[in-house]
This record gives sequence, structure tokens and C-alpha cells, in this order.
Amino acid sequence: MNSFRKLLDRVEPRFREGGRWSRYWPLYEMVDTMFYVPATTAPGPPHVRDAVDMKRSMVTVILALLPALLFGIYNTGYQAAPGEHPFWQLQTGIGAVLPLVLVSYIVGGIWELLFAVTRRHEINEGFLVTGLLLPLTLPPDIPLWMVAAGISFGVVIGKEVTGGTGYNIFNPALVARAFIFFAYPSEMSGDAVWSLADELTAATPLAVASSMPGLEGPQLVREAGYTLQQMFVGLIPGSVGGTSKVAILLGAVVLLVTRIANWRIMAGGLAGMTIAALLANWMAPSFDNPALWLSPLHHLLMGGFAFGLVFMATDPVSASQTDSGRWIYGALIGTLAVMIRVLNQAFVEGVMLAILLGNAFAPMIDYFVLRQNIAKRQRAYAQQ
Amino acid sequence: MAAKGSLKTVVEPLGISNPITRQVLGICSALAVTVKLDTALVMSGALIFVLVGSNALVSVFRNLIPSRVRIIVMLTIIATLVIFIDQLLKAYLYDISKQLSVFVGLIITNCIVLGRAEAFALKNGVWQSMLDGFGNGLGYGIILVLVAAMRELFGSGSLLGVQVVPLSLYADQGGWYMNNGLMLLAPGAFFVLGLLIWLQRTVTGYTEE
Repeated sequence: MNSFRKLLDRVEPRFREGGRWSRYWPLYEMVDTMFYVPATTAPGPPHVRDAVDMKRSMVTVILALLPALLFGIYNTGYQAAPGEHPFWQLQTGIGAVLPLVLVSYIVGGIWELLFAVTRRHEINEGFLVTGLLLPLTLPPDIPLWMVAAGISFGVVIGKEVTGGTGYNIFNPALVARAFIFFAYPSEMSGDAVWSLADELTAATPLAVASSMPGLEGPQLVREAGYTLQQMFVGLIPGSVGGTSKVAILLGAVVLLVTRIANWRIMAGGLAGMTIAALLANWMAPSFDNPALWLSPLHHLLMGGFAFGLVFMATDPVSASQTDSGRWIYGALIGTLAVMIRVLNQAFVEGVMLAILLGNAFAPMIDYFVLRQNIAKRQRAYAQQ
Repeated sequence: MAAKGSLKTVVEPLGISNPITRQVLGICSALAVTVKLDTALVMSGALIFVLVGSNALVSVFRNLIPSRVRIIVMLTIIATLVIFIDQLLKAYLYDISKQLSVFVGLIITNCIVLGRAEAFALKNGVWQSMLDGFGNGLGYGIILVLVAAMRELFGSGSLLGVQVVPLSLYADQGGWYMNNGLMLLAPGAFFVLGLLIWLQRTVTGYTEE
């Protein structure tokens, strides 16, 4: 490791201003601060005595994503051939998921580098998370060139257009996913995409739950062979990282303990989802829509709700910034996700659209929360 | 000098002061008729005709039109021309005019036409006004054709209805490629148009405050 530091120090002058490769300073800076804590400190007050910079906090998010990634790799192999030896399944899973992650990182990274060099700023660490989030929300069978197209769109249109990390209105990984979803719908939904094996079709619990009008969703899910316990553990067809609620719960604990994700958003999301689901249950007997019967627990365990709420809705840039705003923002996402799932038969899964819509409303929510606070303090001031 | 000025009147709206990418006018039809290249071409032709005609007529009558009622007079001129071209398309290009549906009629409300009449034709001679109308119509047409070419190429794999992407490349023919469905939806036009505006403003360095 010491010789690596020496190597970095030796080449540093060439990347500095006036050096031969000064244009590619972002590249050097990225490698240097990835492996070593930078020696620079904030020039002016206020100071926070903490070793955690943006790079470190993004690495924590990646750590939080690891359980979901590892389980996703295993589950991908398991869904391809449930009867095979676990070792074979693991191998198959790695063979399918690793290329997705690599393509996402490499293609997205090239765009990041391109913008960093032309705009002369440092490479934004947020991409490390975006590049991993996208493959985890995709079906394992997706063609690699679609991942490349999606991450390009996500990085350029979702982030760089508005100025890069910290200025993006929407979560870039979700923009990328939405692009693939609307551009190539046949590879993103339906029963054939969730398993690597061509002859195997597997309907996700969500698709099953709204399949037959006149029946009850939970019953349909049960009859298709999905128990609540199974959906909690995650050995079910679905997107790579979104099936196992155990893995997502582990990630959520990491994010909440390190306070990188805000608990109010998650709590608001759960509350909004529960209220919307109970409302749907209450209306269920009057309509023949089977998805109306799904309990809050079903909504939590099925599809990408848990993954989206823990890893994507809590994105500190695109979420609301005020405490009460976070509650409203979370609740909005939870409610919308259930509404889209249950009422709109064209979209089986509503979490992605709900979070994107939540992102769009986040600044407005903050605006009204601030206005409310100002008005409150003005009233208090006037009374004295 | 005069020739140089005339050239400038025609050339400037093509790039630097393009009505769509610089002034962001007339984007309603730019979004609506750009799914396929042939509709975009016909639409551009119709707009060039209306713009040249309305600029010329408004310029002819510019000293007779009372300024209080000038909007009504200009709209009457524009509407006459639009109805004329609409009937012409219905007679000779029936299929395309059906695809264009209301958007030919909506040229009446296209901001570029009224904008050029108000900003240029009311103050300039007939020849200059016609050149200005031609330049702005062509500037609109270029963007329309660019957007439509991108959308048809990526959305349907064809250009002017002729298959460009080899059929053997498609996933259902044993290849791997697939048409981009997003390009056929309205957001696809927004993205392409946005990228063109981004490109134009990066090249010219123009920013809005």
C-alpha cells in the first residue's frame, strides 16, 4: 500500500496545473481520495470534526446495499433453476448480475469523467451509488446494451443537465430505470423477464395479485405459491436487489444508524402506504379489482416498495430537506405507490413513478413548510 | 450592403437566433408532428408558406393597418393562409394531412408566425419581410426535421418510412436490437429538443437570465 502512495505522489505533479495531464486532474483526484483521506481541510468556519466526507458517506451506502446485492446474485441463480446445486446457482447469479453492475459502472463512469474534465470539477462520488442502484432495480435478464443506454440517460439527463451531484431534481438511478422502463417495456415487465432461463416464466407476486378480476389479491398470491414468509426472505422472482426484505432491512439499519438516510422519510412512507392500503381494503368489497384487497403487509413485502423507500426515496439530494417536509414527502410517496399499484392496471409496480413524482414535489413541500414556519414565528412575535 | 443584410436576415434564424432553440417558440407543433419524418417535412413546408405569405402581406399593408387593431388584421391574414394550405394538403396529400390533423390549423396560433409579423413585417419592406419569414420558417423546419429524424430513427428504425436499421438486427429476428418506445411518446420529443437547445446554447454561449 505504501508503494501505491509513493506512486501517486510521484505522478501528482503531472496532473497539477501546468503538468502534462492537468486536464485529467479529476481522474487523479478520484483515485487519490478514494484510497486515502484527503489532507485538505475546509478553509473557513464552521468546522465539523469528522473524518466522514462525501466519499466516505457514499461508501457507507454501498455497504448498506451489499446484502441486497449478494442476495440478489444468489436469488438470480436460484430463480434460473430452483432445483440445481446452490453452488451452481451462485455461479449463474454472478455470471448474470456482475456484468450488469460492471456495465453500469463503466458506461456511467465514462460520462462522469467526460463532464468532470470538460467542466473542470472533481468526479462526483454520488455516482458510485447511482451505478449500483440501477442494476439492483432491473430484472436479471435485461440486455446489457439497455443498461448502458439507461445509465447514460440517467447520468446525463437525470443529473448533469441540471449541474451534477447536488443539483439533480430527480434520483438519477430512477431516471435511468424509468428510461429503460418506457423505452423497452417488453424487457422490463411481463412474466418472461424475471428468470434467466428462457422457458421459465415467472409472474411476480404483484403481477399475480391483480391478475384475476373479481377475486381477492392476497388469495391469488397465496394460490400462486407465495407465502408472506417467502416474500420476506426473498426467494421470489423480481428485480435483482428488491426481493429480499431481510437484506433491505439490514441496509436500512446501516443507513439509519449512520444517519445517512433520514428515518422520517421511511416512517412517512410506511404511514402513507398503510393508510392508502387500508383505504383500498375498505373500498374493496364494492369493486372487482383484486389488488384492492392487499393488506399493508402485502404492499410492504411485494415488489420494490421496501427497496425504493429505503434506498431511493431517502436520497438526500432529491428528497425534502425540512423535517416536517420529510414526513409529507414520505407519505406522498407511500400513498402514490399504493394508488398506482392498485388503481392503474397499466403499471403493475408504482414505486418508481411514486418516488419520481415525490422528487418533483419535494422542493414545493419544503417551500410551504418554510412559509408555514415563518408565518408561525411572525404570529408569535406579534403576540408579545 | 443590402445583399449582405438580406443574407443575414435569412441565415441568422437558422442558427444563432433560431425561433425554436433560441426563443423556444412554436414547440407545441415541434412536439406533436415529429414522430415521423414525412409529417415533419410537410409541416415545415406549410409553416414556411404561411410565414413567407403572412410576412409579405402584413408588410404590404403595414402603413394601412391601424395599430390598435393590428393583431386582428394580422390574425385574419394568417388564418386565411392557413386555411388555404390546409385545404391544399387535404386535396393533394390526404394521408399526411390526416396524420397532421389539427396541427396545420393550429399554425394560426403558432407564436413564430405572429411573432415575426409583429416584430419584423410591421417595420420592414416586403422583400426583407419575405426573406425574414423564409429564414425563420426554415429555422423552424431544420429543428423539426432534426427532431423527427432522431425520433423516427430510434423509435421506429426507419427514415421517411424506409427501414434503416437492418431487420436482422432486431431481437425478434434473432438479433439483439429493439426500437426505443420512449421516442414515440411526447417526452421523447422533449428530450431530443432539450438536447438540441443545450447543444445550440453551448455552441453560441447564449444564456438566459
